[in-house]
Amino acid sequence: MSSTTKTMTEDKPKNIGYWFKQTFIRVGVLPFFLAIALIVFTILSNKFFTGQNLMNVARQSVYLVLVSMGQMMALIAGGFDLSVGTSIALSSVFSAIVMVFCAALFPDAIWFAILLGVLAGFSVAIILGIINGIGVSYFEVSPFIMTLGVSSVGAGFALFMTGGIPVSGLPYAFGDTFGFGRWFGIPAPVIIAIICIIFMWTLMTKTAFGAKLYAVGGNIKAAHLSAINTKKTLMLAYVICAAIAALTGLLLTARVESGEANLGGTIALESIAACVIAGVSLRGGIGRVENVVLGGFFIVLVQNGMNLAQISSYMQMVLLGMLLILAVIFDQIRYRLIMSGQ
Amino acid sequence: MSEAIVTTKNITKLYPGTVALDNVDFDLHSGEVHILFGENGAGKSTLISMLAGSNSPSSGTLTIDGKLVNFSSVADAQAHGVYTVFQEFSLIPTMNVAQNLFLGREPKNGIFINYKLMKSKSQAILHDLGFDIDPTKTVSSLSRAEQQMVEIAKALMGDVKVLILDEPTASLTDREVDHLFDFILDLKKKGVGIIYISHRMQEFDRIGDRITILRDGAKIGTVNVKDTNEEQLVEMMTGRNITGIYPEIKTDFGEEILNVSNLNAIGVNNVSFSIKAGEVLGIAGLVGSGKSRLCRIIMGLGTAFSGEISFKGKSISNLSTREIMKTGIYYLSPDRKTEGLDLARSPIANLEINLVMDNIAKGKKFLNWKDIKAKAHDISDHIELNDDYRKKLVSQLSGGNQQKVLFGKCFAQDADLIIFDEPTVGVDMGTRSALYQMIKQLAEDGKAIIIISSDLPEVMNLSHRLLVMNKGRLAITLDKSEISEDIILKHFFEESN
Repeated sequence: MSSTTKTMTEDKPKNIGYWFKQTFIRVGVLPFFLAIALIVFTILSNKFFTGQNLMNVARQSVYLVLVSMGQMMALIAGGFDLSVGTSIALSSVFSAIVMVFCAALFPDAIWFAILLGVLAGFSVAIILGIINGIGVSYFEVSPFIMTLGVSSVGAGFALFMTGGIPVSGLPYAFGDTFGFGRWFGIPAPVIIAIICIIFMWTLMTKTAFGAKLYAVGGNIKAAHLSAINTKKTLMLAYVICAAIAALTGLLLTARVESGEANLGGTIALESIAACVIAGVSLRGGIGRVENVVLGGFFIVLVQNGMNLAQISSYMQMVLLGMLLILAVIFDQIRYRLIMSGQ
Repeated sequence: MSEAIVTTKNITKLYPGTVALDNVDFDLHSGEVHILFGENGAGKSTLISMLAGSNSPSSGTLTIDGKLVNFSSVADAQAHGVYTVFQEFSLIPTMNVAQNLFLGREPKNGIFINYKLMKSKSQAILHDLGFDIDPTKTVSSLSRAEQQMVEIAKALMGDVKVLILDEPTASLTDREVDHLFDFILDLKKKGVGIIYISHRMQEFDRIGDRITILRDGAKIGTVNVKDTNEEQLVEMMTGRNITGIYPEIKTDFGEEILNVSNLNAIGVNNVSFSIKAGEVLGIAGLVGSGKSRLCRIIMGLGTAFSGEISFKGKSISNLSTREIMKTGIYYLSPDRKTEGLDLARSPIANLEINLVMDNIAKGKKFLNWKDIKAKAHDISDHIELNDDYRKKLVSQLSGGNQQKVLFGKCFAQDADLIIFDEPTVGVDMGTRSALYQMIKQLAEDGKAIIIISSDLPEVMNLSHRLLVMNKGRLAITLDKSEISEDIILKHFFEESN
């Protein structure tokens, strides 16, 4: 009797439901969502599944992919960063102001002005990241409150600096190179994103920092008892997140050719959605760069598909929010499956 | 004997890939204490989860009072008079004791909760049980043992026909255990049937009537407590004759490596001791004796008021945990789940992080991941972790295998002193003997070892020297030849002046 029951259960893994479940546990919900999206939008619009359109999506998704990789750091650390949008806005406004000012000061050294502007943009975002990091790691403020507060502070600051008016008059070379430029025939933002993806992948999988971050997010007490400097690790996660947001802010500034305080409005939500769909756990410790890249691409793909299917932008907000909630629910189910040891 | 109140027939529980319970017949009479005994993963928890209503069988039947039942929930089981005290607590930490006891059945004055009555009733219940707990205290401020008592009190509030206790004494002091046993005997007289799960064989004589032994999900047999002995039980439990589970560890000491003098802290009272390389130092004591706290202070996980700790001749009193570890001390937490392991990742990933930290400590700037992976597998071989388990998530492993991974971490990160805090808690006999072999090997490699344990045979047999702690003080230090259970117990309970 006992032997028959055993063979019965051993046969079970071969069926398709088991395979679905194991895939779900391993990589999350993304493969299923991606397949559904491709099928649905291909049916809804014949312009969707074309090389031209998919290339378009790839180019448009650069910004979200970048921010999502930063968001992933905060999520893996066991928190999240609601201030990524503010980092974008602040870096945009600051870099633009510094660039315009320096370009007027040294009209003959445009690239010097651009360099100073870029440094200013990164610096201000990194300061935001440090504030987030100090709050979350040293004072143990909940990441939700900390980054929400910082987000308000930063956004207010950006609006105050500009009075809500875009900062125009950027050097043409900036927009021409980083916004619309092509290197080796590939759009500059795409190349920068690829470099950044390779950098982040290496950081997370090959370096001690990556290993430490996973450990801290997975079980901070265990990490502490493995001699890891947990506070410094947490702090760095938020700093890197802000720095990548700043890079995104600079690329967007180059694209719109002005410094704007309203850049990055919905990107915090979108980047969290991209990460969660890509299998990054909201409880920390789990997440892979390559999947997050695909997650960011997926969100933009859905937006593109909805545009082609002529879904109104208001309705798109509704659908995107629902998508996030759905992804979080699946994350919950996945976590339960993982922890129940199946 | 009286009629059976609970009977299971051919009860079976299947999980994908495993048979957790295989055609188990079990019965419980009223007024009887029926002990379930077996290694971790033998199926005890699965069996009681079905009796408690938190799980349903794949096949087989469950009868209560001669009626076939099919519990849909814990509440359903309670409606049939079956109450369970699980190991995992079901208390709400932010509420007080009385609120927890009356959760969902608060006494009312019209539409308002009658807090006064609730408090006085709670007081009466706790008093009857002999539990000295203030019902207005918040649960989170109670010790684990006290929380356990509240949990038991909560189960005894209803109209109990069958009471299931899952390792109720694991975190109780002996005095509290005495109270609990008196109470159990009382319940027996009232005709309540009690299912009792415990690893502590010394308890069986005191309260047990019959013992059912489970192994690998199957019932091995049911014996009367009167007609059996410990050897027979262990043999039935493990399926083999375990003698020499404790290895002989060579006595080959080096220099003194750690010296603690006049250490004072909350719960630690003027403790001094030292340990040499290659020495195994055991620390025994009751819950709350300060044995664990002492070592957490050495590790920088608690603050000392005064005293001096020096390691390899240098003071480490004021260093952070991280800095202390860098000097060469490794600490294995007693709680592998909350402090020891990253449950959502693989054993290999868990070991890798310590190898990475070891690389950093040795000043290596660039990590050789191939080398780290290979070493993680070497350690997995060494801790006898089955190939199939290495890529699984730690949460999917049994307690014993999780503990092996925790042990693996101290092989990954080089240290000269290793502190094991409750190294075999919740681990079965077979795995224990493997873990003891690892401790032996570490000691014989010249590492100093501290073992803090509530498992007396464990510290008695492994230690070269044994410290006994009582209420924060060092009650006595015993050399190997002097170690005996009588002396240890005497110092456990000795009242200090």
